[in-house]
Amino acid sequence: MNLNATLIGELIAFLFFVWFCMKYVWPPLNGAIEARQEKIKDGLAASDRAEKDLALAQEKATAQLKEAKAQAASIIDAAKKHEAKIVEEAAGKAEVEKEKILAAGQTEIETERNRVKEELRIQVALLAVAGAEKILERSIDAAEHSDILDKLVAEL
Amino acid sequence: MAEEVTLSAHIQHHLTNAKMCSTDTGWAFNKACSDSGFWTWHIDTLAWSIGLGIMFLWVFRRAAMKATTGVPDKFQCCIEMVIEFVGDNVSKTYHGKSKLIAPLALTIFVWVFLMNLMDLIPVDFLPALAGLVGETVFNMDSHDVYMKVVPTTDINMTAALAIGVFMLMIGYSIRIKGIKGFVAELTLHPFNSKNKTLQAVLIPFNLLLETISLISKPFSLSLRLFGNLYAGELIFILIGAVGLAQLPLHFMWAVFHILVIVLQAFVFMMLTIVYLSMASSDNH
Repeated sequence: MNLNATLIGELIAFLFFVWFCMKYVWPPLNGAIEARQEKIKDGLAASDRAEKDLALAQEKATAQLKEAKAQAASIIDAAKKHEAKIVEEAAGKAEVEKEKILAAGQTEIETERNRVKEELRIQVALLAVAGAEKILERSIDAAEHSDILDKLVAEL
Repeated sequence: MAEEVTLSAHIQHHLTNAKMCSTDTGWAFNKACSDSGFWTWHIDTLAWSIGLGIMFLWVFRRAAMKATTGVPDKFQCCIEMVIEFVGDNVSKTYHGKSKLIAPLALTIFVWVFLMNLMDLIPVDFLPALAGLVGETVFNMDSHDVYMKVVPTTDINMTAALAIGVFMLMIGYSIRIKGIKGFVAELTLHPFNSKNKTLQAVLIPFNLLLETISLISKPFSLSLRLFGNLYAGELIFILIGAVGLAQLPLHFMWAVFHILVIVLQAFVFMMLTIVYLSMASSDNH
């Protein structure tokens, strides 16, 4: 064999290379790989979580939509009922008002009639008296014969 | 300059490292270093391996500086693929906690792969280029310019890696089990007995067996890589010497070699992890 000083040189070179590799090459590269693996793991976990969250959110949204629809339907229902009630009430009120107005009219007519009647009665009495005066050709003392007149008025 | 070179000389030329050594008269090269003994430096091995190592660290460091935890660009994806591949293998095999094992495995895998990859550059290309540069720039005979471009075909390279790993094995053993535990592991296994005297007799056997099994690990690590790549390189050189017929052969061998270079890098990395895992497990 041909062993010589080259051996020593190569041994030193070898040890230096290993030291350099251990100090400046391996840790950053391996660190980068491991950090990336960690990142990928986290990313996958996050995407899993997001998928679950999405499914959950969709479920929730569907439920909420259903609820909203039901609520809307019930609101519409209530509104319809309310409307009917208002119409009915208005109709009732109008009827009552009508009755009232009619009754008032009736009463007014009645009073007017009575008043006219009374007036007529007095007029007729006066006419009767005037007629009688003409017939008797003498004046009847109104005060004296008021009882007769009153009777006459009552009879009319 | 003799134009006629024999095949064996050609192969010999390809399998010789560019050497450098210090002599009394200053730095000397190649043939002048033939008897310089241990203090010879293979400058081609050193230059290519350190160059490739720096390239590896530069590319990965660039990726590390730009690394984002968000969406990575394609360059970062590519680097992260390598990181994850190595990280997976480490975490499957090494069950303790260690900041060192994974970067160590990454360095070994990528560095060894890059050095092995040099084997796929046509065998004559870089040596010829080096010869040309030597001839024109340094005014040398191109046959005296040696260039072995695959660092892992140099036993010094693979042995250095294995020794580095071996040192870490010992270090981990002692750190995790303590010196006592380490010595106990070497002496009280595989044979042990409740009887004290019998145990004392068994200790040398255990020590022998365990030491052999311990020492065999760096040997097998370094020789496996060296052997595979050296043989592969040799076959490339042989194929390169057979004229036009080399084209299909070269292609086939290169395709097969793509598997070998990745596999050898992977095996070296895995065995390193396994050995360190054994060294730091305390379940004897």
